Amino acid sequence: MDSKGGGTEAQKFVWEGAIPLQIHLHDSEVTTLPNPPPALILAPRLGYLPLLVPKIKPFFSNSLPPGVDTVWFEYKGLPLKWYIPTGVLFDLLCAEAERPWNLTVHFRGYPGNILTPCEGVDSVKWSFINALKEAAYIINGNCKNIMNMSQSDQADLWHSVLNGNMEAYLRVSSKLKLGTIGDDYSLKLNSTSKSRQRTSDTDATAPIRTGRIPVRLYIRSINEDIDDLEDAPIVDSWDKISYINRPVEIWGEGKCFTLYNAVKALLPELFADKHLLTDNVSKAEMEDGQQSEEISSLRSPEEGGETSTEHAGSPLDTAEIKFLRIQGIEPKMEIPFGWVVNNLMNPEHYLHICVYIKVVEPITI
Amino acid sequence: MINISSWDGTLSAAEFYVAACAFSELWKKFNLALPQWSWIPSSKRPGIPFNHVEGYLSMENVILPSFEQEDYQGDDLMEKEEYSCSNVDEFIDDAILVQNYCHEVNHYDFHIVYSTSYRVPVLYFRAYRSDGQTLLSDKIEKDIPPNSAKLLMKSKWTFITQEEHPQLNRPWYTLHPCGTTDWMKLLLTNEDSVGQDGVASEKYMVSWFSVVGQVFGLKIPFEMLGNIGTL
Repeated sequence: MDSKGGGTEAQKFVWEGAIPLQIHLHDSEVTTLPNPPPALILAPRLGYLPLLVPKIKPFFSNSLPPGVDTVWFEYKGLPLKWYIPTGVLFDLLCAEAERPWNLTVHFRGYPGNILTPCEGVDSVKWSFINALKEAAYIINGNCKNIMNMSQSDQADLWHSVLNGNMEAYLRVSSKLKLGTIGDDYSLKLNSTSKSRQRTSDTDATAPIRTGRIPVRLYIRSINEDIDDLEDAPIVDSWDKISYINRPVEIWGEGKCFTLYNAVKALLPELFADKHLLTDNVSKAEMEDGQQSEEISSLRSPEEGGETSTEHAGSPLDTAEIKFLRIQGIEPKMEIPFGWVVNNLMNPEHYLHICVYIKVVEPITI
Repeated sequence: MINISSWDGTLSAAEFYVAACAFSELWKKFNLALPQWSWIPSSKRPGIPFNHVEGYLSMENVILPSFEQEDYQGDDLMEKEEYSCSNVDEFIDDAILVQNYCHEVNHYDFHIVYSTSYRVPVLYFRAYRSDGQTLLSDKIEKDIPPNSAKLLMKSKWTFITQEEHPQLNRPWYTLHPCGTTDWMKLLLTNEDSVGQDGVASEKYMVSWFSVVGQVFGLKIPFEMLGNIGTL
């Protein structure tokens, strides 16, 4: 895996990934007849919606009412968080991929009670740099390497993201010494397993590192049994999405740390012990007449509560992971986590994971 | 116990819980003219019952201690009603010191949330008028001591920023955690009262708040700092 060269196949795939958008101006802001046609634009997965505004605005500027622009985007009534990368928004909000993705743009009436302010490209840049600092802090225990970046390096980094230029990005980001994760079958675990005491590597090649990995997890619950993803209820409020911004600590000397291990570390309650699972699931099924899917799916025990008392400690299934999406794909859980991070992370060094879970209402007796 | 010699200024999530509980107990004990802190347990995971130790500290409906405002700006249209109580014309002479009771009182909610990324507590706050209307940074600036206000204006992006509250999913203001470990190390490693085994987690929050609270003019009595271990 050569970070000085052109990047891996997977990285190219990710950097070239784009979502076709069809952007409509909100009715309330249309002052001309006929309505302006929607703007069709390809949005890079790794980019952010406000960065598209300079390209979109010309389509609509003639129709806008007088006033100052405060741009925001919306999907089926949900104001979109501008600091979440476009690809993540798509993977999370479109259960069934919608191409083109139909969004509505507003130039007025910014929902300040839901979205933090966005003053254009600068806001996005600072949000990106802050996320990068946070990632650096997680990886190295400090963000000195970001703070000490030269002005020209910082500009190059940002432009590489703006323009979707992977080679330029890899050139600059390798200077940040944020390292790559050894994706060999057996990971060498740093003896302290804490990255905070690590000094920066002066070696020209990117250092192999273990320790803490920046991850952002977005959980969407689907409370109903649906056959087709298209029928998934739309997300009409961000309260329906759980956002977990928590690092994953890689462990396991001599063992392969997989994506499964990582997700389990973040959502331990969704993973029941397999032995406990096989025994009690069949009992629970019989007692409560509950429909259950294959045993190998992941379940969660409920804490006391509604479970029947004859089976003290037997889990009543309340939530299970249906699938995960990272950069638009559903990777197999056995893939080494190091590979997933190195190849599928975003330019601010965060791995964004969308998790769809099914929450089953417990049966009350 | 935190081992001081190798300490990097951070706190684990479990230590945060201990520190937060101790802090709110101490606050209660000192009975400052401020509301109490309460621990709000919460979890981000749907359909899954949460563990009591996950959560944040909350102190709400705080009215900041006033300080002298030498150039009170009488330019807010909404506040014109209040001026009549002092029998002053609509156009207020800036040189007049206005009594606090004529000034619209602003309320603050403070939440102390643990950051798993930075491994330190982070302060989130919001301000609102008596009628519940949210205040923006230009109004907040008037409530905080002048030194903090200057810092706020100079460094818009790295001092106080608006971020999504990690638990409540709404925009709140926050004091950026970036430098926290540096000044926490300074604070606690210079303590005379560091015991042989190190520093108790309880001490962390009080020391942390002694710095952070100053932004808002909330000063911790000196006795509180020396009082750890006598709970």
